Formats: sequence, C-alpha cells, structure tokens
Amino acid sequence: MNNIQYVAPQSIDEAVAAMAAANGTGRVLAGGTDLLIQMRAGVVSPGIIVDVKKIVEMTTIDETSGGYRIGAAVSGAVIGEHARLKKAWPGVVEAINLIGSKQIQGRASAGGNLCNASPAADSVPALVAAGAIVTVQGPKGRRDVPVEKIHAGPGRTTLQPGEIVVSFTLPARPAGSSDAYLRLIPRTEMDIAVVGCGVSLTIQNGTCTAARVGLGAVAPTVLLVEDAAKALAGSRLDDKALEAAAAACRAACKPINDKRGTIAYRTKIAGVLLKRAAGIAAERAGRK
Amino acid sequence: MAKLHISTTINGEPIEFLCDPPQTMLEVLRDQLGLTGSKEGCGSGDCGACSITVDGRLVCSCLMLAAEAEGHRLETIEGMARGDQLHPLQKKFVELAALQCGICTPGFLVASKALLDRNPNPTETEVRYWLAGNLCRCTGYDKIIRAVMEVAADMRETAR
Repeated sequence: MNNIQYVAPQSIDEAVAAMAAANGTGRVLAGGTDLLIQMRAGVVSPGIIVDVKKIVEMTTIDETSGGYRIGAAVSGAVIGEHARLKKAWPGVVEAINLIGSKQIQGRASAGGNLCNASPAADSVPALVAAGAIVTVQGPKGRRDVPVEKIHAGPGRTTLQPGEIVVSFTLPARPAGSSDAYLRLIPRTEMDIAVVGCGVSLTIQNGTCTAARVGLGAVAPTVLLVEDAAKALAGSRLDDKALEAAAAACRAACKPINDKRGTIAYRTKIAGVLLKRAAGIAAERAGRK
Repeated sequence: MAKLHISTTINGEPIEFLCDPPQTMLEVLRDQLGLTGSKEGCGSGDCGACSITVDGRLVCSCLMLAAEAEGHRLETIEGMARGDQLHPLQKKFVELAALQCGICTPGFLVASKALLDRNPNPTETEVRYWLAGNLCRCTGYDKIIRAVMEVAADMRETAR
C-alpha cells in the first residue's frame, strides 16, 4: 500500500498513457465499489490508480443517430434518471439499477461491472441481449468489441494490458422493440444473481422478427445464447417457441454448485427466466 | 509517498486537507477532520453507516478515495442540524425512538434526507427500498420507516 499513486486525467489518451507507464500495475477507478474492496482485502495492490471520472467521454450519455453511447464510468443512479434511455432500453437500465444499494448506485458503473468480470454481473446479460458494442482504448489505439467477447472467465477479461473500457454503444432499433432483465435471488433486494437473463426483441405484426438472449451466473462467463434467439425469432412467442428457447437456455448452462444454487436448480431456472423475461420484453415492445 | 493536496467543500465550508492516495474519504473525515459522525460498520459498502452525499448523490464514504473529493460538495451528518436546531428527521427519530445504539443512525439520517430531497412523497415501499443499503442490528426497521414517512408527511404539510 506504500507507493500507490493517484491520478485523475482529463482525457482518455492521458489515462491510457498512465496505465501504460504503470507496466501492468495500473487500475482504473470509476465507482470504486469493487476496486476499493479488493484493495482493502489485499487482493490487488495497484501501483497507480487512474481515476477516469474527470474524462467527459467516460462520464456522459449521448444519443447517437437513434442509439445511445453510455460512458463506462457513468453511475447507475445517473443511468436510472435518464428518462429517454430508460424508455428505449428498459432492460439494460433495470439490470444496471439492480446492482447494490442506493449508495452503491451512486458510484457503481456498467464499465466496472463488466471489467470485474463476475459471471453473475447483473448488467452484462442485459448488455449482451442488447447487442452492446464496447469501445476499448489502449496503447495500440481504439477498437470496438461486442460485449459478449469481453469476459474470459471469472475475474478475467480479454482486455489487453493497459486497455480501458471507454463506453458502451446501444444500437438503434426498429419500432416495436424492447428488452427486459430478470434475475433470481433468494431475497428481494441486494443479492448476487443465482441466474440472470436478459432478452431483447423486436415484434412486428405479432411476430418476433429479431431476438437476442444473454444468460448470467450459469457458466464461467455471461453467455450469448444464439439458439434461444433463433427459437424466438420468426415465432409469435407462442408456448412452443418459448419452450424451445427455454430448452436452448438450459442446454447452454454450464453452472457450478454453490451456496446460491445447485447445477440442477440453476439450469431449470434459466429456462423459467427466459420465458418470463421474453414475456416482459414483448409487453414492453407493444405486443397486442 | 507524496501527499495529495485536496480542496473540497464539506457541509458548505471550503476545506483543504492532505491525504495519501489509498486513504478513503471515511478515514479522512473521521481521523483527520474530526467529523466522526460517519461510522465505519463494514468497510465494504454493505451497511451504509458511512453514508454521505457528494454533489447531492448518496454514497458510502468507505468506498470513495479521499482524493476524489477534489472540487466536489460533500454533506455529512454534521451538516444536518442548523446549530442547536435539529433537522425534522433527527427530531422524529428521537420522538419515535427510531434508534437504540445509534451506530447506524447517522447513515440512516443522511440516506433518508437524500431520499426526501428528491422525493418528498415516497411510498412505504420506496422508503424501504431506498434504505435497503442501511443496516440496523437493534432498533428494527419499522420505527425508522415510520419516522421517515411521518417526516415526509409533515414536510409536505409545512410546504403547503
């Protein structure tokens, strides 16, 4: 703890330079709700803490030709108060707002939730379902990555040394689209997901024309379940299609047994949540 | 390790302090600035006893570096009463015995004020969810919730 430095650069270029100069000992500070706990527990001891909250691009939400760009360090509370974003992407916003208490929401960010790389991260299945693109910047420049490609395993990401997650882009989508996120926890508030499921879909004339499904806490990484999306797309979201999508979710599960749930329980719940989240997303999309 | 020089505003007063990079806001408030109203319960953001607001936003000061206070406006429990005049929430907590040992009380008060500042007419469910990040191990939550609901009603009455 003795030689830790703290910097709060104004630009991403400066932040990336600070991370590069730290030779792998740099840690990005957004909300700090994971980092400070890890430092206190002695799990990480950074050489330099790079506070990114003075960087405008990382702390603002922009509308971009029908879509949204959310800075990676924007707090959950600010995201939850953005009425237009909430209307456009209710599943993404509800997932981010499920993380922790009001105090945690005042600080915690979607970028931090992604980089912490918990398989049970609430925001990630919803962002996967949304087809979010992550903009990453590092010593070699900028690149755009589908959000489902970031997690490599519990606590591990595919980010290269010195790379910083800058923002999330949620694409424009046709009328009749919406999304939903559901998680199962044994309590009513503030717990870690036993299973989390995000569904994003488009409905035109009663038929689901496009769908994406993200599943959390049932594998070492959050999963994009393409077979479930295929089962929904082209259907009228009838019982048969929903059961086929639920079966695809169950088949995708590779969960662990732990104090929160058994393999059998998690697998079963993955199918249940898929059906319910698809139903909510469909209602929001204006299904008649 | 070079100390950082931080200029901030705490309870309306300009404050400057020196801190080490890993020091939390809670440590500086309590150990350097003598503002010991904010408590350390868990140190991991679970209990809410260290609640403060930063630019009006409710946060756990144990999960914030002191260096991050630069240029921001902080409010702690010490800024709640006006001299000898208790804030209506403080009065009501006393009146309804919404506290026993008192360790969690500053956090509950700061969190409750942050709620009423943005939502003067919360439902009981909204109060319960808002205060879910504040843990109490002796009073029980009912008296606390009732106190917040009564203050909200009183303040609406006064505002009319």
